[in-house]
Amino acid sequence: MQYPPNVRIIEVPCTGKVDIMHLLMAFEYGADGVMVVGCMEGDCHYSAGNLYAKKRVNRVKEILDKVGIGGERLAMYNLSSGMGGRFAEVVREITEKVLELGPSPIRVAAGTATRPIAEVTT
Amino acid sequence: MSATTPSKLQKMIASGNFAVTSEVGPPRSADGEVIEKKGNLIKDYVDAINVTDNQTSVCRVCSLACCIRLKLMGLEPVLQMVTRDRNRIALQSDILGAASFGIHNMLCLTGDHQHFGDHAKCANVFDLDSVQLIQTVRMMRDEGKLLGGHEFEVRPQMFIGAAANPFAGPNVAMRASRLAKKVAAGVQFVQTQCIYNMDTFKEFMKILVDRGLHEKVSVLAGITPMKNVGMAKYMQKRVPGIDVPDEVVRRIGGVPKEKQAEEGINLAVEQIEELKGVEGVRGFHIMAIEWEEKVPEIVERTGLYPRPNIDAG
Amino acid sequence: MIKAVPKPLEEVLDLVKDFNKLLIAGCDGCVTVCEAGGLKEAKVLASALRLYFTQEGRQAQVDETSLTRQCEKEYLAQLSDKMDTYDAVVSLACGVGVQYLAEMYNNKIVYPGVDTCFMGVNEERGVYSERCQACGRCILAETGGVCPIARCSKRMLNGPCGGSDKGKCEISKDIPCGWELIYERLKTLGQLDRFEKPVDPKDWATSRDGGPRKIVREDLRI
Repeated sequence: MQYPPNVRIIEVPCTGKVDIMHLLMAFEYGADGVMVVGCMEGDCHYSAGNLYAKKRVNRVKEILDKVGIGGERLAMYNLSSGMGGRFAEVVREITEKVLELGPSPIRVAAGTATRPIAEVTT
Repeated sequence: MSATTPSKLQKMIASGNFAVTSEVGPPRSADGEVIEKKGNLIKDYVDAINVTDNQTSVCRVCSLACCIRLKLMGLEPVLQMVTRDRNRIALQSDILGAASFGIHNMLCLTGDHQHFGDHAKCANVFDLDSVQLIQTVRMMRDEGKLLGGHEFEVRPQMFIGAAANPFAGPNVAMRASRLAKKVAAGVQFVQTQCIYNMDTFKEFMKILVDRGLHEKVSVLAGITPMKNVGMAKYMQKRVPGIDVPDEVVRRIGGVPKEKQAEEGINLAVEQIEELKGVEGVRGFHIMAIEWEEKVPEIVERTGLYPRPNIDAG
Repeated sequence: MIKAVPKPLEEVLDLVKDFNKLLIAGCDGCVTVCEAGGLKEAKVLASALRLYFTQEGRQAQVDETSLTRQCEKEYLAQLSDKMDTYDAVVSLACGVGVQYLAEMYNNKIVYPGVDTCFMGVNEERGVYSERCQACGRCILAETGGVCPIARCSKRMLNGPCGGSDKGKCEISKDIPCGWELIYERLKTLGQLDRFEKPVDPKDWATSRDGGPRKIVREDLRI
């Protein structure tokens, strides 16, 4: 399975374990984009963890919009563990989106966004 | 039902004839002529004229000002007073004010919540409710006393009325029970919410009669003619506390648009004729909101015109 | 308990945007229970504010903390060492706590971070509804344990009004008719005879109408 190398995967037993603070801190520490990948709705191994995750993701998207970071940098996807191809697809999707948006304003402000947008080709 | 007042409405009811009242809605500006015109339109067809009090929480010329105008025109006003907008000081103050002009009828109401009106952001008062307002005016009339204890000589001679709604929750028996509470508080006459469901109304009246309440409080049946099927549907779906059976909506909607108003008047006339035969009904309160010009026709067609000549003294 | 909701983020941003050193002070009391102003919410707000300031290119310091209660001087006092370091404080306590904090640190700008709504119950997580208006003279014994002042939109004592429709208040189908609830309860308890006795006008002087209230319990004071 091939997908862009710029993704750092953090495994959790269930997306229900993902806290609002995890998402916000990721951006505080300079993530350009964050994706939360959970089970298909209705198939959560822990019954409703992915539904809690969806609510939290939506809340953080709203916050990101209001503080000037942009909620499009955060997305939730629902996949089953057998959907490797689809996983690669969604990683490409969000990578493209984030490249389009450019580096996170946090990295720009911190001076760690090293290349201007126009030079990024993959 | 104890105190006799100079009220002409009270005398008409006491005479055994069917009483007829109607209502006029004040304008939303400082126009003094509107009430004069409406009063003149219906004066020969009714025994008393209600003036609504910021009805549905829409700010209009106050009922007191309009009642004074009607009184000065030589007509018989019924001062409607809601407890939504005024505390006990203002309510008693307005009662004294009305009485000082010789106004002898009032309708004690709690009032529609301001949510419905044009000032939904306002604070409401509800220092008293309708039952407590009845108690208050009865005390002012019979004891010459205010709620705060002050005693006074020149008392308001009020014929005390209230609303009764057989169609609201929780059930008909409890609505009758609530009327019994108003009777205990001192109410002498009630005007009911407009009637479309005859069965429910008759059930309500039967309970009153069985309990002997019809002799303690005079019931004036509320009648509102439908202008068109839109009005019928709106009242059925969107107005809490009003029961419009489907057959009424079908009836009004079943005739061509230009005939619907006429059908609405026909229905109102039939309702009055039917209600004349219901024990305990002492008269009719015709609420033709912004359609006051139809009141004369309804009163004529139901044989209630001319109004009997009662020596009002 | 007291129920509150977080103020819209844009409103808080507008209040604090010109400051550089902020303390977000949560409260472990009521606002934690209704998830509006506890430590968790303080952390989220602080993080959101840090993101905001950083992307604005500003060096701002936003700290978060939470006190056991903000309506108690001994807990508020715990902030005294570090108070001087901050330009402003956003208190996520209910209106009571915000005021007490401001009273104790009276030369400090203190902003509210939640809208305090009412005293009520948890129907389920995230759903809260009003039950008490603190009228100062409880009449629940007379109404089968349902309060007409808090649950009737018109605070009638001789309800229901003519707008009570199939168990709902005329204002909204989401509001049960308080008097229908009282009626059902009195029926269950066999106390329907209460319904026909007029209830006299209430003495509102024990309520907000009598002015700001104070309780002095001499039996508790030394």
